[in-house]
Amino acid sequence: MTIFAVVVSRLSKAILTLLAIAILNFFLIHAAPGDPAVVLAGEAGAADEQMIEQLRERFGLDQPLYVQLGKYVAGIVQLDLGYSFRQGAPVAELIADRLPATLLLTLTAFVVSLVLGIAFGVAAAARVGKPSDTVLTTMALLFYATPLYWLALMAVLVFSVWFGWLPGFGYETVGANYTGLERVLDIGSHLILPALTLGLFFTAVYMRMARASMLEVSQLDFVKTAKAKGLSDAVIRRRHILRNAILPVVTLAGLQAGQLVGGAVLTETVFAWPGIGRLMFESLAARDYNTILGVFLVSAAMVILFNIVTDIVYRIVDPRIGARS
Amino acid sequence: MSATLTIERLTIGLPEGADRPFAVENVSFDIDKGQILCVVGESGSGKSMTANALMGLLPQGVEVKSGRAMFEARDVLRLPEVEKQALRGAQIAMIFQEPMTALNPLMRIGDQISEVFAAHGLYTQSERRKRALDLVREVGLPDPEKIIRAYPFQLSGGQRQRAMIAMALALEPKLLIADEPTTALDVTTQAQILKLILDLRKKRGMAVMFITHDFGVVAEIADQVIVMREGKVVERGDAASVLHNPQHDYTKRLLDAIPTGKLPDARKLSDTPALEIKNLRKTFRTGGGLFKPVREVHAVDDVSLTVARGEVLGLVGESGSGKSTLGRTAVRLVTPDGGHVMVGGVDLAALSEEELRRQRNKVQMVFQDPYASLNPRQRIMSALTDGPINRGVPKEKAQAKAKELLEIVGLGADAAMRYPHEFSGGQRQRIGIARALAMEPELIIADEAVSALDVSIQAQVLDLLRDLRERLSLSILFITHDLRVAAQLCDRIAVMQKGKLVEIGRVDEIFLSPKQDYTRQLLAAVPGADWAQTEEVPA
Amino acid sequence: MWKRFRSNMGAMIGVVLLISVIVIALIAPLIFSDGPWQMVQRPFLAPFAVDGLPLGTDTLGRNVAAQLAYGARVSLLVGLVSTVVALLIGVPLGALAGFYGGYVDEGAMRFTEFFQTIPNFALAIVLVAIFEPTLTSITIAIAIVSWPPVARLVRAEVMSVRTREFVDAARLAGLSKPRILIQQVLPNTVSPIIVMASLMVATAILLESSLSFLGLGDPNSMSWGYMIGAARTVIRTSWWLSFFPGIAIVITVLALNLIGEGLNDAFNPHLSRKGKA
Repeated sequence: MTIFAVVVSRLSKAILTLLAIAILNFFLIHAAPGDPAVVLAGEAGAADEQMIEQLRERFGLDQPLYVQLGKYVAGIVQLDLGYSFRQGAPVAELIADRLPATLLLTLTAFVVSLVLGIAFGVAAAARVGKPSDTVLTTMALLFYATPLYWLALMAVLVFSVWFGWLPGFGYETVGANYTGLERVLDIGSHLILPALTLGLFFTAVYMRMARASMLEVSQLDFVKTAKAKGLSDAVIRRRHILRNAILPVVTLAGLQAGQLVGGAVLTETVFAWPGIGRLMFESLAARDYNTILGVFLVSAAMVILFNIVTDIVYRIVDPRIGARS
Repeated sequence: MSATLTIERLTIGLPEGADRPFAVENVSFDIDKGQILCVVGESGSGKSMTANALMGLLPQGVEVKSGRAMFEARDVLRLPEVEKQALRGAQIAMIFQEPMTALNPLMRIGDQISEVFAAHGLYTQSERRKRALDLVREVGLPDPEKIIRAYPFQLSGGQRQRAMIAMALALEPKLLIADEPTTALDVTTQAQILKLILDLRKKRGMAVMFITHDFGVVAEIADQVIVMREGKVVERGDAASVLHNPQHDYTKRLLDAIPTGKLPDARKLSDTPALEIKNLRKTFRTGGGLFKPVREVHAVDDVSLTVARGEVLGLVGESGSGKSTLGRTAVRLVTPDGGHVMVGGVDLAALSEEELRRQRNKVQMVFQDPYASLNPRQRIMSALTDGPINRGVPKEKAQAKAKELLEIVGLGADAAMRYPHEFSGGQRQRIGIARALAMEPELIIADEAVSALDVSIQAQVLDLLRDLRERLSLSILFITHDLRVAAQLCDRIAVMQKGKLVEIGRVDEIFLSPKQDYTRQLLAAVPGADWAQTEEVPA
Repeated sequence: MWKRFRSNMGAMIGVVLLISVIVIALIAPLIFSDGPWQMVQRPFLAPFAVDGLPLGTDTLGRNVAAQLAYGARVSLLVGLVSTVVALLIGVPLGALAGFYGGYVDEGAMRFTEFFQTIPNFALAIVLVAIFEPTLTSITIAIAIVSWPPVARLVRAEVMSVRTREFVDAARLAGLSKPRILIQQVLPNTVSPIIVMASLMVATAILLESSLSFLGLGDPNSMSWGYMIGAARTVIRTSWWLSFFPGIAIVITVLALNLIGEGLNDAFNPHLSRKGKA
């Protein structure tokens, strides 16, 4: 299969999945206790009668369910994710405003955790059974058991409140009006704590995978062949074990993207990072269901896109897959 | 002649808790320049450990306790790691058993060969490439330009083994260690690889240490032979004397256990068929997705044959010949696309799933892998009684019968209450046979039933089958890749190739006057065929 | 098997930690008979500031130690029940898909893939937000986002066991397909399921605490995540209010992970990471 064919088939599948999620959203609204119009308007009383009437009309809530579904899905296809009465803006617009911050945070966290995770995993595998391996695996075990949001809070407490080294709040310094490089550096300094705390859990995950994979591959026959050729251990590790071991880690890492996006909700909440996760948290308190469901749909789209990219990278790197079919 | 390698009193210790203290004990031998030494033994004899020790590839916990291995006036067992590394691949090279897993799946063949030069810091990039190409050509791989750019998964097993040999020969080593290099290959491929090793030895004059469990292979290539058992050398000598005039009991037993091609007397066969296969067809289709083309494999292509009551029919062929599919279709583990499988007047191929379940007992199977054919979480008793009880045999009767059968296959009735992991491979095959018999079948299909066993165990199981054939007048379809095994047990032999039945006839017809080219090729490829013939036809 | 597990120090530490947490959860009503909601002292008391309140009081003057003990009940209960529910969904689905193959497999796996693609924490948030946070809705939401890996694991295991020769032998014995699946195949997939289940309880506890942290906890049950969430705004002045519940979560989750790994090593001795060949 050519890469192009893969992309086409993956994208068409992705669109079907997103449609299915949209349909799921629709039924969730209807399954929620209470009048869907009231639910959509935010049942805490923010909606006045007029708004609810508008909603009824818009969704045709007096019409048969399938007509309503059709209208809802048709709206989503046109990127109409509904209106947030709480924030007084279309949900799509709210999300578009917030999306760049989330992308910056999650991608940074992903790259950092993958690089660190693989580096530590490889290092631990190379020193298996020695004290440094024990230290690394114990650390991984601890971070693996630590709730993300709590780690984030503790990081704010230590590095921001006690030591004052790094900002623990927001995306950039409010009112500073930096431009150019200064602004980049400012955003960067705000990014460090959120990206690291979001990334640490995944660093632990990838490190455990990378270590296990390295040890597994180092038991395979071709490693013995390489040794019999007279290659040094360092060369064997770099040229033979590493590549074979990293491939499955990268694939699994791609599949973890969903968790990363979920983790972003927590991290953004703690650090007041103005991304879609924070938007979701704010909407939770306000019971702004349109926005919650919109963020849900968009985060699913992000994950799907991410999986497609990983899949394609994997196909390029592993000669066996492209040629097999 | 000067010795390339001299091993003196080598002892290799196993980690604590192993079944014996030493993997190899007090072993000494020489290999001369240009000589092929075969190290023969069954699994666990320590033959591979000796090779791994020479290469510095011993597993963790296993270490050389004493002795020396003199190569070029140096003891290779005591060299510092750096010097060992310089020696490996350059002076001493090694090839392994599993060509499927011995190559790095993500690296091109050419790069894996060039890497040997790189490891020893020789030549420039372009020169390495040129030499790799020459080597690929020398080991007889087709289309060398294409092969060096190929990945291992694009090569067949035999081609991969040739690529391995190319790597091993890259720096013209003085000693080549070959650890069962042909065991995983089909007979015809095996014959080609053996010939290649013989040619290269002649051309390059290197010494070869060839590890094998197969005396046929020994007869084919050995100059000198040592026989190992439980870590000790029990016999040594030149090939002819070890093969024809063995001194030690163990060697004698091993040689006796080998099907020699000595043909059993033809027996009178009954006219009533136990199994009639008519125009059987099975095609496997793979792929066929949105972007994938459909691939068809005609695994069984219009095959008809008959097994008479009380007959053992051997079904031989190489991997991919469709012999196993034929067997699985005959028991209806695979449903055929067309044709009939007549057993006792019933066409198994035509039964519905429900009717089939009631007729299942008619044909039973003995499987290849003794470790996979018994449910690890089930006692032997229930493995033997599940089927009969399901058929309506009262529980007490089924259990009594199971105990009786365990006695018959030589295990004793108390085996019934134990779990599979308490038994050895050979014992498990006996249990498998008892399980098949418990169903009182009209026909047993044995699918490579002795292939996974060491020769001496193999011989015992074959004895048991022969004995059962007489006592119970069993009808057996005996599927095997090993013509020598087939010759020992079978009344008639059917040869399959690429899904088609090539030839079928009495054992002596097939062996002594084969009519088809393919059958002749197969027979010629059997390692040690000539040697076996000399025993059979007195000169 | 048990011997190998017992000789694994990490696993034994896990067992001791987990048993302690379970005991605390069980005896919470005995030692803190007032329950976790009762105001006992003035708010913001630091640890050990007042006798009988070793972990201090929270923003409303409630006993933090009592809250922690009661929180253990919620964490363990939700973790355990949601895992059981996830197994009840995932095991049959994976077993059927792996055993019957073909369209059954195709259908079941599309369904599973769909759920696996959706970011699971986001789905859990949506479900709990829409169906109102109660212990039941939280447990079910966690189960709904946790079953897909179970289904995939069981499918893969069943597919591999299905090809083993003893399954063919069972077919030749005339046993029915459901009987072969239940009696011959599934018992051979139990060990990896147990390992996965123990790790799932850990993940479920993390999920539950994260939901409560975001304010999606059952308002009638005290939970560790809620405690951290409630103390978030006062972290500058009273850090211990967030610190101790977090430690409780780490200990419980760590214990379960250690046990899971110990079980894994005990079930697969040849895979245990000892040196290289």
